[in-house]
Amino acid sequence: MANQEVLIEAKQLVKRYGDFTAVNGIDFQVRKGESFGFLGPNGAGKSTTMRIIAATLTRTSGEITILGKDPEKFGPEIKAHLGVVPQTDNLDNALTVEENLYIYGRYFGLSKKFIAPKIDELLDFAQLTEKRSVKVETLSGGMKRRLTIARALVSEPEILMLDEPTTGLDPQARHILWDRLFRLKEQGVTLLITTHYMDEAEQLCDRLMVMDKGSIMAEDSPAGLIKNFSTKEVLEVRFGSDRNADVAPQLKEMCERIEVLPDRILMYADDGEVLLHDLGQKGLHPLTSLVRRSSLEDVFLRLTGRTLVD
Amino acid sequence: MITDNAVLIAQSRRGRFAESRYSGRAHILLERSLIAFRNSAWLAVLSGFFEPVLYLLSFGYGLGHLIGKIPLQNGHVVSYAMYIAPGLLATSAMNGAIYDSTWNVFFKLKHDRIYQGMLQTSLGPLDVALGEIGWSLLRGFSYAVGFMCVVVPAGLITSWWGILAVPAAVLIAFGFASVGMGITSCFSTFQQMDYINIAMLPMFLFSGSFYPLTVYPGYLQGILKSLPLWQAIAMVRDLTLGIVTWGILWHVLYFVVMASVGVTITTQRLTKLFLR
Repeated sequence: MANQEVLIEAKQLVKRYGDFTAVNGIDFQVRKGESFGFLGPNGAGKSTTMRIIAATLTRTSGEITILGKDPEKFGPEIKAHLGVVPQTDNLDNALTVEENLYIYGRYFGLSKKFIAPKIDELLDFAQLTEKRSVKVETLSGGMKRRLTIARALVSEPEILMLDEPTTGLDPQARHILWDRLFRLKEQGVTLLITTHYMDEAEQLCDRLMVMDKGSIMAEDSPAGLIKNFSTKEVLEVRFGSDRNADVAPQLKEMCERIEVLPDRILMYADDGEVLLHDLGQKGLHPLTSLVRRSSLEDVFLRLTGRTLVD
Repeated sequence: MITDNAVLIAQSRRGRFAESRYSGRAHILLERSLIAFRNSAWLAVLSGFFEPVLYLLSFGYGLGHLIGKIPLQNGHVVSYAMYIAPGLLATSAMNGAIYDSTWNVFFKLKHDRIYQGMLQTSLGPLDVALGEIGWSLLRGFSYAVGFMCVVVPAGLITSWWGILAVPAAVLIAFGFASVGMGITSCFSTFQQMDYINIAMLPMFLFSGSFYPLTVYPGYLQGILKSLPLWQAIAMVRDLTLGIVTWGILWHVLYFVVMASVGVTITTQRLTKLFLR
């Protein structure tokens, strides 16, 4: 991946709305075939960055090129390179499923002859073949999302951009969607994803940029981030909301690092079971305890002092 | 288009007129409207045809029976139905255009976010504005033709100039649709949409559809003559009654300016909303 062609490159990218700085001088590169994620809480500047890439928002300063082109100079061309799946569905409710795919292809200037076989292929991919003549309004949330993704693929884009692809979907619908996206990834489609779900980021992204308040906090593979910013395991303990703060100083001395959350304390160590055993030795008996692998949530907590989803 | 590669298609527009705002594909919007139209809304569209016909029956023949003949400035005398028919034609062109370009546009803009979807493709805001206004125009055209199919056999059009009432109705629809879409794209809530109704009804009642403006004092006549519906009615009435002078070109110019202003506002608003 590292020696692949650079598709997107941003240097000191800034977006301000009046006094508010949404994106604060970020640099990044996305390479061909890569699945690149922006991870961060709401308001981190992820969607703003996506819209600047998609040529639907102008930047305040800095440089950005998509396939070597400046989106402010070559807007329509950039948009022809990209497939866009926005955060909120904007399917055409007056049309059926297949008409949505058809007309979207027409917006790019593609011919009917080209689009017709494409529709069959995309309906199959999105598992919507049986729904082809149905009005879009009647589809479930998961189906609408899959249709939006299929629609974004009509023009055979080099880069697929997904803004919070599974927000608001139930777990089953999310897994179906992840499976579809994983297939695209295997086919070599470059994916650009924003998410505030760490499981999504871990599942789909080769490389992640952790964002907070418009800035980049860290950038690496999911495993690399966990390795660099957390321990192998985490022991979660609850002593009851009154006692948590009292025992915290004691716990702090027993492991690499702790995080005191309102309802629980996270203890970072390479072996959680051993740590739990040590607690018992010292006469500290938590009401509940859980040993788990470190996740991106822990990375985020370490980097920003806050949780991702609150 | 020879190629079926979205990027090459977009590239072929380099250096053309307004390349970042216009892709030369406004007609695709018409294609979309046609598909959407096939899927629904037949009844609503038919009602737009019946409305002026019902007014004509009720006022023209009903009320007209009591009113009798109307003397014109040039000395001719016409029946009341003949007098109001052009007013109703102009009004129906206005109503059709306004309905499409205000409520329908507002819904697509705010609720379904269809324009956002279009503008994330290589279409430009000028394509969207022209395509949507073009659809209103087609609707204005079909209402005008439908109305003519009623009034010509009824003997209410006495001049060959009357044929030009159809393109005149299209021009009227163009003006109203452009400004309607321009204003709607500036609105953000449903409540604001009511302003349009507040403006439309009095304009319909007092712009000389049913009686000459000469019943009003001079200053009021001046105000009413500056409004688009009076301009529309005066233009169509001159044509259907065959009282054509060079002065009719002022009405044409009025609508050309109105349409240009509307298209410009719409394009700028869509750019601001979706391509800031």
